[in-house]
Amino acid sequence: MNDTVDVLIIGAGASGAAVAWSLAETRMRILCLEQGDWMKQSDYPSNGRDWEARQFSDFATSPNRRARPTDYPVNDDNSPIKVLNFNAVGGSTIVYAAHYPRLHPSDFRVRSLDGVADDWPIDYATLEPFFAENDRMTGVSGLTGDPAYPPKQPPMPPLPLGKSGTRFAKAMNQLGWHWWPSDAAVATTEYEGRAPCINLGHCTPACTQGAKASTDITYWPAAIRAGVELRTRCRVREITVNEHGMASGAIYYDADGKEQFQPAEVVIMACNGVGTPRMLLNSVSGRFPGGLANSSGLVGRNLMFHPYAQVFGYVDEPLDSNRAPPLCLWSMEFYETDPRRDFVRGYAFQFGRGIGPVTEAIFSDADGRLPWGEEHHRVYRKLVGRRIGIAVIGEDLPEEHNRVTLDPVLKDGHGIPAPKVDYTISANSWRMMDHGIARAKDVLAAAGATNVGVQCPILNGGWHLLGTARMGTDPERSVVNEWGRCHDVRNLFIVDGSIFVTSGGVNPTSTIQALALYIADSMKQRLATLFD
Amino acid sequence: MNNDSESDLTTPELRDLRCVAAMMVPASTEFDVPGADDATIFADIVKSLGRDLRDVKAAIGTLATLGGCAFADLEASRRDAVAASFRERGGAEVAALSRAILQCYYRDDRVVRSLGLEPRPPFPKGHTLEQGDWSLLDPVRKRPKMWRDAPP
Repeated sequence: MNDTVDVLIIGAGASGAAVAWSLAETRMRILCLEQGDWMKQSDYPSNGRDWEARQFSDFATSPNRRARPTDYPVNDDNSPIKVLNFNAVGGSTIVYAAHYPRLHPSDFRVRSLDGVADDWPIDYATLEPFFAENDRMTGVSGLTGDPAYPPKQPPMPPLPLGKSGTRFAKAMNQLGWHWWPSDAAVATTEYEGRAPCINLGHCTPACTQGAKASTDITYWPAAIRAGVELRTRCRVREITVNEHGMASGAIYYDADGKEQFQPAEVVIMACNGVGTPRMLLNSVSGRFPGGLANSSGLVGRNLMFHPYAQVFGYVDEPLDSNRAPPLCLWSMEFYETDPRRDFVRGYAFQFGRGIGPVTEAIFSDADGRLPWGEEHHRVYRKLVGRRIGIAVIGEDLPEEHNRVTLDPVLKDGHGIPAPKVDYTISANSWRMMDHGIARAKDVLAAAGATNVGVQCPILNGGWHLLGTARMGTDPERSVVNEWGRCHDVRNLFIVDGSIFVTSGGVNPTSTIQALALYIADSMKQRLATLFD
Repeated sequence: MNNDSESDLTTPELRDLRCVAAMMVPASTEFDVPGADDATIFADIVKSLGRDLRDVKAAIGTLATLGGCAFADLEASRRDAVAASFRERGGAEVAALSRAILQCYYRDDRVVRSLGLEPRPPFPKGHTLEQGDWSLLDPVRKRPKMWRDAPP
């Protein structure tokens, strides 16, 4: 029997790390259970000559492809966008691109401004101090003065423009459209013991240099120094409840596969927008027959991914390829709703520097662009190093039929039912993507790119897992309240992307972590009355 | 190298795979590069099949079905037709076969050098990236604020 802890956090990724660090100052006994391992930078792909190949094997972003013992399978057959994640200390920040925009003020008020979906119960101003705190803890590079955002102060200078960024910048200026160096969770200078970026380029499948801010090297060392305990290789099966309907702890399988019970006074879910509803739905009891905290029936519903389109072309000179962090600039030119368009809300552009030689060969072969036979070499040499790309990332509005449920057959290595995803792309999103693709082609033309290709949606594009335990003040229309506490279970909190009410049209990690810090702060402010 | 698994392709399957590799990326005197059937490259392909092993085996089987016999036993013109038909089908088998061959071909030292690149992993040397001309941002800096004010 394990000793009771004050706070049990499930998941050591982006949000679990942030909430653990913030709560550590309370001196409560805090334990985090993580199903994955600590990662070793010496094992990361960019150490070896097979660095590109490993993005298709043990560092694939798809858990179904990767299939490490620490992963769980996902049935996403009924979705045009496949679920991506990583299970380790650091979670999916191990394999994210570190593109680090915040949601915009309008993203929190889509009902009031545009008459769609729902407003959040909090706003940008509420989160602003937590965005700033998270930027400091994460170590964000960027540049002040972006007219697309309220003022903010990234602690480090931006990533260099490089050849690819310069070409995009000139094209955007020619069109008169907004662009700005991205906020990036990449150290461009020495920062809190982290070495600066040396342009390994292969950032997404984990950063050997340690310049990319995965939470195993940002929040976790600080949280552990402050007394938080982190147990790895502990896969939680379910959250238990007591006779009062309060969470009493979690049942998990330890590294030896042995079933354990961990009692706790408070439980915090930080398992992402697929893992959290999966666990809540697996936590069935007499009091909660439809899954824990699910009296609204909304656990697992309103899944939002962000539909992505990738638009790319080839220029007449070698550019930066993958010899630098892949994303360098963003544009918010088409981010806000424009009533002249045939869709509501909007999208952002992410400008990509290029891809590596193996990836170029594989992608162009798959597209039929790269022939087999004698012509292969000549064609390949006109492609390699010359690709530039624009990703269109659009706001994905919540729809209840897009959901996570439990697969009736598929199970993980411990016999726990796996998540099943049913998802369709809305008509509004398709119109948004069409618009974005057309404008991205304009940019590529202005940049001198030809041989343009489009992938929409990006099949392996389910990086962002949002909305499946939404935040709100109405217990019939939401799962958690305005500070992350479940309406149904007063000592159960959720801090990951599940609680997003709407998705915005940008990468969510910065906002997920700011939310986790905000919820931790709300808990600290209410410690004496936390369960009232 | 990260060897996910040792290959258990049969000898006839290995012969067909090598034949496909040579057809996909033949040696070139013009670019002074070996083909993907080069002994060193092919050995790398075979030992690196890993998660693609099952689909590669299936792909070789499909090629044999389409051709009516082992792929390596077909006449050259017939191979072209069968390969074209196979690629048109698309799907996991085609993707796995191409990935298995290309991921090894384009990391071979001789091939990488022929592209003007250094045959080395990214770490620890990294790369140099030019800072660029930040005055390009001047017109953007002059824009009025773009974000929408939202009601509290």
